[in-house]
Amino acid sequence: MSTEYEAVIGLEIHVQLSTRTKMFCGCELSFGDDPNVHTCPICLAHPGVLPVPNEEAVFYALQIGAALDCELSPISSFDRKNYFYPDNPKAYQITQAARPFAVDGRLGDVRIHHAHLEEDAAKTIHTGGAGRIAGSDASLVDFNRGGTPLVEIVTEPDLKSGAQVREWGQLLRATIKQLGVSDVNMEEGSLRCDANISIRPAGSDELGTKTELKNMNSFRFIERGIEAEIARQKEIVAAGGEVVQETLHFDPASGELHSLRSKEEAHDYRYLPEPDLVPVVPTQELLDRARGSLPELPAARAQRYEEMGVSEQAALLLAFETEWAEFFEGVLDAGDAIEPRVAANWVTGEFAAELRKQDDQPLAESKVDPAGLATLIGLVAAKKISHGAGKTVLEAMVAEGSDPEAVVAEKGLEQISDTGELEKIVVQAIEDNPKPAEQVRSGNEKAIGALVGAVMKATQGRADGGEVNRLLRRHLGL
Amino acid sequence: MIEREQVLHVARLSRLRLSETEIDTLAGELSSILDHVDKLAEVDIEGVEPTSHVVPLENVLRPDEPRPSLDRDVALSQAPDPADGAFRVPSPQAES
Amino acid sequence: MSRSELLAADGAATAALIASGEASANEVLDFWLERAGSDALNGYLWRADRESARRGVAADGPLAGVPLAIKDIFCTEGVPTTAASRMLETYVPPYTATAVGRVAGAGMPMLGKTNMDEFAMGSSNENSAFGPSLNPWDHERVPGGSSGGSAAVVAGGLAPWALGTDTGGSIRQPAGFCGIVGLKPTYGSISRFGMIAFASSLDQCGPLTRSVTDAALLLDVLQGRDRMDSTSVGIEGGIARPSAERLDGLTFGVPRGLIGEGIEGGVLARFEETLLKIADLGGTIADIELPHAGHAISAYYVLAPAEASTNLSRYDGVRYGLRASDEDLLSMYEVTREEGFGPEVKRRIMLGTYALSSGYYDAYYGRAQRVRTRIVEDFDRAFGDVDFVVTPTSPTVAFRLGEKTEDPWAMYQSDLFTVPMSLAGIPAISIPAGLARPDGGGPELPVGFQIAAPAFAEQRLLDASFALEGAIGFDGTAALEGGVA
Repeated sequence: MSTEYEAVIGLEIHVQLSTRTKMFCGCELSFGDDPNVHTCPICLAHPGVLPVPNEEAVFYALQIGAALDCELSPISSFDRKNYFYPDNPKAYQITQAARPFAVDGRLGDVRIHHAHLEEDAAKTIHTGGAGRIAGSDASLVDFNRGGTPLVEIVTEPDLKSGAQVREWGQLLRATIKQLGVSDVNMEEGSLRCDANISIRPAGSDELGTKTELKNMNSFRFIERGIEAEIARQKEIVAAGGEVVQETLHFDPASGELHSLRSKEEAHDYRYLPEPDLVPVVPTQELLDRARGSLPELPAARAQRYEEMGVSEQAALLLAFETEWAEFFEGVLDAGDAIEPRVAANWVTGEFAAELRKQDDQPLAESKVDPAGLATLIGLVAAKKISHGAGKTVLEAMVAEGSDPEAVVAEKGLEQISDTGELEKIVVQAIEDNPKPAEQVRSGNEKAIGALVGAVMKATQGRADGGEVNRLLRRHLGL
Repeated sequence: MIEREQVLHVARLSRLRLSETEIDTLAGELSSILDHVDKLAEVDIEGVEPTSHVVPLENVLRPDEPRPSLDRDVALSQAPDPADGAFRVPSPQAES
Repeated sequence: MSRSELLAADGAATAALIASGEASANEVLDFWLERAGSDALNGYLWRADRESARRGVAADGPLAGVPLAIKDIFCTEGVPTTAASRMLETYVPPYTATAVGRVAGAGMPMLGKTNMDEFAMGSSNENSAFGPSLNPWDHERVPGGSSGGSAAVVAGGLAPWALGTDTGGSIRQPAGFCGIVGLKPTYGSISRFGMIAFASSLDQCGPLTRSVTDAALLLDVLQGRDRMDSTSVGIEGGIARPSAERLDGLTFGVPRGLIGEGIEGGVLARFEETLLKIADLGGTIADIELPHAGHAISAYYVLAPAEASTNLSRYDGVRYGLRASDEDLLSMYEVTREEGFGPEVKRRIMLGTYALSSGYYDAYYGRAQRVRTRIVEDFDRAFGDVDFVVTPTSPTVAFRLGEKTEDPWAMYQSDLFTVPMSLAGIPAISIPAGLARPDGGGPELPVGFQIAAPAFAEQRLLDASFALEGAIGFDGTAALEGGVA
């Protein structure tokens, strides 16, 4: 009898805020500049300096808390987390341990334990020795990043698989992006996600020993890393062993997990209340402003679209990309009685594909406007042109910005809607193609394809496929 | 009484490479100080909130406006080992 | 102006001489630079010359031209700032402390940076990496600490006045030992930006001067909210020159429970005499209780080292200061800090780290913070009944060099009377009450009298001190030549 094991996953996500200046000093935030050009005595931790918190960072944090449906703490305060490392110039990080600014939230299926403000560490570049940290000659420290405001979001261990982590992670990223408080770019490091993973017998309440997975810069890699780690833990337990607490890194190229350091020598962070900073007590006005400033967030937007009839897949795609959602809604506004489902499919399907095909045009630069696309969709819906013809028109619209009706006229793409005329062509096609006609009459319905093809050829593709099928079947006695 | 092992542990946490003599001396001195300090246990602190700040301030924040950073030369001028515009430090020892 | 007239003039008098044209700013600066140059007390770690003394200093200002000595704990751009530690022996800050900026803005040239206990940890200035400072009254005795150098130079005629810092008594106690005035204002009244941190919730800048009026003048310049220090508020209304002559209608509380064992006979005698003078001026003496003040030293020697242990972690050899090893990362940290810090600093870092460490936080740091609350409450209650709380500044007069260095706790006990006010964050001043011989015999040495007031009551405190100072009539001129070689 073998036990079924389930995975229990919690996430710690670090979001770099896109304020102008650092969390505790007035140095500007930057990315990619020369090392150490954005430093000052405060973020270099010179003797005698003191921190003063960035009020915009506090506001951004409250917005994140509100977007995650958290309780915004009436009093929050700062603490010192002590540890020695060259990228930590004070040898303590100012964070919020005892009283974070937001607690008890939820996003989608996942509960948020809390969110807190803290400052980012500096960057250490290890030089020499083939890229390995240990054994290299020296490290260079660049303090530009040191002091960047971070919001750390900690979830409850509600996630169950790598795939779910990827999906939820993408929802979180889209949500925070929507707020405009962070670039949330995993490659650049403005969004970082660590996972705590453990397994337990299915249905059990207890938590197993957890390992930590760090330093992956895409949700796809995180998904794979988590799956690899779950498999590894299951193997250990199946062989009768015990999972050891440790920190791991997943190498996407090799698919292997490497141990970064053992958590046995766990840090004693010696937290204490930060004496240099006084508590933050958000006023009702500030809290109202934070909550009131929230735009329609992706989860809510996706739900609204689904309620309109948009497919789940298209709803998510649109909800995660504000630009596209706005375009989609523009189409709805412009067109008379366009079905949202149909519009969403055109926008996320044919239109998106055509932009990609034509040199990956960004939506913002496209010559097509929502009204134009609405017109095109209307033409197809009214069966004035076939779906296929519609794609041809779209190609011209994307390439030249042409008016859809003009293209239809120019290329002679009007669908034959006169049933009488079409019926004549159908009858002629059956006459001209006796063999397939006979096959259909004797039960091989698939052979109708040849007849459809013949009609299409005769009409130069301007017949409505559905109508052709209907007429053929009638005349073939089906 | 603070044991030698504890002294070593605290020294490690504090990043102090104490000499043997210092370890012994500190064990004695800290024990003696802690004997006095332990009398704090006599104070009734039932229901008493800790004082982290004597000044009752709240919401002291600054606007998100840039202030001039140091010239890099100045920032590095005090560095024990400046290199390539950065602060060079030895790497962690290879873990055995 | 004759040299003896210049020497005899305190800060206020010197300002008046310059303002009236009786002395020129150059004359005054040269005089004091020369005095500082003949420092026999090891009071200065760095001395200015004419040019560097004036760098960044306003030409005009209320106290223009009156030079000032500055404890080497304040960052001064372009001028070495060591906190009397090997760790910062080569450190030259790229910025200036707000407090220093304010005195410079008031027109005061900087005479030099004064000696102190390393990182402000000590009560005798014997913990300096650059040798102890000496008491001008008796060169074999300590000037007190941690602002020992500042006290010594003011008392010993090497500076008209000076800036110091007080965390548990580090302005008041040396002022008491050296026969001068030392004021620790309310926590938060003067910016801490640029003041090298020892214990963040306790540290305060303050003046060491020859008169209460001088202390008031400096406080007025120094105090104020600073946007670089989240914990600063300033003193509403500023500070006016004190002028009271009597103490009618004012009550002075004496915490008898605190004043018992360990106090030298001479100190006690001067204390009681001063109480009588208060009564002569119309003040009322009352017995009060500060039930938890007896635990103040214990609470302080948990809280202060704990905060210090984290404040001093930045001294790691990475970005400035000493780096004593390049072998590997751990060695860089451990050897640098082992060699850079003196024994008292290491002792306190160890104590503080222990008090914060896993498993011990609640019993030590957490508990000490709650005892602190009790002490705050004690003072709140007392000030419901009295206007001021008075004690001797220290249990003893200045002790001999080396006398208390064997037993840390014995040294810590010197702060018995000053620490409770630091924990409560309230203002307290030490004024000279007279002279006394130590219990074991010796020369006559200054005795300090401490007056404490409620938070932000500095004006009343200074007025009362001024009146009492007049009645006491202490003459410190004997020591003014004690500073020069």
